[in-house]
Amino acid sequence: MTPLDRPGAATGPHTGRPRRGRAGAGGRRGVPLPLLLPGILALVFLLLPLLALLLRTPWSTLPDQLTSAEVWQALRLSLLSATAATAVSVVLGVPLAWLLARTEFPGRGLVRALVTLPLVLPPVVGGVALLLALGRNGVIGKWLDAWFGITLPFTTAGVVIAEAFVAMPFLVISVEGTLRAADPRYEEAAATLGASRFTAFRRVTLPLIAPGVAAGAVLAWARALGEFGATITFAGNFPGRTQTMPLAVYLALQNDPDAAIALSLVLLAVSIAVLAGLRDRWMTTS
Amino acid sequence: MTDSRPTGPDTTTPPEPPGARDGAQLPQGPPAPDHETGTGGAGGKPASGAGRPPGTHPHPHTGLHAHLVVDRPAFRLDVTLTAAPGDVVALLGPNGAGKTTALRALAGLTPLTEGHLRLDGTPLEHTPPESRPVGVVFQDYLLFPHLSALDNVAFGPRCRGAGKAGARAEAAAWLDRMGLAGHATARPRHLSGGQAQRVALARALATRPRLLLLDEPLAALDARTRLEVRAQLRRHLAEFEAVAVLVTHDPLDAMVLADRLVVVEHGRIVQEGAPSDIARRPRTDYIARLVGLNLYRGRAERHTVRLDPGPSITTTEELSGPVFVAFPPSAVTLFRDRPTGASARNLWRCEVAGLETHGDRIRAALTGELALAADLTTVAAAELGLHPGAPVWATVKATQTHAYPA
Repeated sequence: MTPLDRPGAATGPHTGRPRRGRAGAGGRRGVPLPLLLPGILALVFLLLPLLALLLRTPWSTLPDQLTSAEVWQALRLSLLSATAATAVSVVLGVPLAWLLARTEFPGRGLVRALVTLPLVLPPVVGGVALLLALGRNGVIGKWLDAWFGITLPFTTAGVVIAEAFVAMPFLVISVEGTLRAADPRYEEAAATLGASRFTAFRRVTLPLIAPGVAAGAVLAWARALGEFGATITFAGNFPGRTQTMPLAVYLALQNDPDAAIALSLVLLAVSIAVLAGLRDRWMTTS
Repeated sequence: MTDSRPTGPDTTTPPEPPGARDGAQLPQGPPAPDHETGTGGAGGKPASGAGRPPGTHPHPHTGLHAHLVVDRPAFRLDVTLTAAPGDVVALLGPNGAGKTTALRALAGLTPLTEGHLRLDGTPLEHTPPESRPVGVVFQDYLLFPHLSALDNVAFGPRCRGAGKAGARAEAAAWLDRMGLAGHATARPRHLSGGQAQRVALARALATRPRLLLLDEPLAALDARTRLEVRAQLRRHLAEFEAVAVLVTHDPLDAMVLADRLVVVEHGRIVQEGAPSDIARRPRTDYIARLVGLNLYRGRAERHTVRLDPGPSITTTEELSGPVFVAFPPSAVTLFRDRPTGASARNLWRCEVAGLETHGDRIRAALTGELALAADLTTVAAAELGLHPGAPVWATVKATQTHAYPA
């Protein structure tokens, strides 16, 4: 009857918020070698491949590579499908996050665990599972085909579905964390003013958690953009239709390594741009 | 309180009179100016419909009749509240007494375990909060940070079916009435504490509630703002024609703002009545501390009250049976040596337990034959050479004590 009885309200304010801000505050009393050496090694390990990518980039032929039709086709498809997958994730994922954060139902813990499963599931397995569900002979795909004549595998829509399957959990987890950190009493205040729960969500909660939704959407978009395993399994590798950038990179590596490097460079640039866009929100918030 | 006109903002020319949509906004009763408001006053006499069985024809504007029972692990709230339209009732009590739980139960934010809640004759115990004609001013106001002051106030009318322009016009009239016309476009974070409090009040009133709830309305303010806001709030509450219930742990707020105090401790009502009555005749240690009295319980036999544990106190009142005896700390006189004059029969041997400044005086906490608080001037404290552990004799004149039946 009331929006009250949810244990999340009690533990809310501290979950889901990224902790940071301690770095550098701990003083500089000598760094122990057993920590310093592995740490530097890790840093080198993470940065060296990127450096190698830059070092081996065929800068002279790069303009030609990047202006080729295949690259643009793949890039366009990647951007479009990642954006569509993000849109699907937001439209369906935000309500799911709200249900997980603000309602009480039996098996909620299990549902949350299942939602996070695609985060850890090998994407190829996800692709296989999608085929079994939505493939032409799949559990649901059979009916989609028979009743509506809709076939999803090996289409651009299939790319979007594969990417959304992999990316949506990022958004749900991120938004759920933001919702738990948001003060549920604003929704109570809205209720006392005559707002139904949906009105309170639409006019109060959603604006308040908008930054969290945006951050989750960017995360989901980045994940969708890089999606490989589920996409190639469920949607195949047809240039112009289902061949996204990661697939194009992989394919190019067999025939034309320079093209693969050029494509990789584009994805690297996009990733850095995303990171830069998020920096204000993620790197500096306390 | 007698001016029953302010059902709507009394501004110069509100673009749309807020009263125009009353029928759509309130589920029951025409909220036209209410002329039954004269009952509001000390004592808060119960409204006439108190005993009517539920389900019979609900009379408009019979006020609040509530029996609130909320069970929590290791806590049970069980209070009965009645108030006539125009009454301002303060729930006063220590932290954790259940005041806020009672308020939330009235608003529908916490479900009742048992009991009932009728407002103007309409049973509300199963009505969700958004459908109750109840407005709430939250302790930290909970103004929506992403909306301007104007849109915060317009939120309620919008939710209750007003058009965007109409709701805004109504909100503007309310802000104007609160003296905030110049801050309509301000976001809550740019408002001072006092301004935010008034916006919160306007937001709650804009839904034309039949029950206004205020949770520690002044707690979030600093001392200076508090004085000013308290006076304004008192004025607005006096103008409010329906029932107002406020929760506070500050006796001054309660006494200034309310016609009637309901003191809650451990989820139960321990005393209720007019502020002056409660200040004069406290019935629990908590209230006695709040109003600054030494309070003892004992058995009276003519002019002598034998305390349950402890000595006797001589009073002027002639009573018998269980009684309370109260006297203010300022009535206590302290001596270093046993006074020789026999005038004070109430003489106890004590020891200083602690000293603290209390305004321009020193308040001494004493233990010994009788535990009591005594006020004395700084000079007197110095002359007596008071320090924790110092032995003293304390006397109180019988005429300074006040005994009343328990």
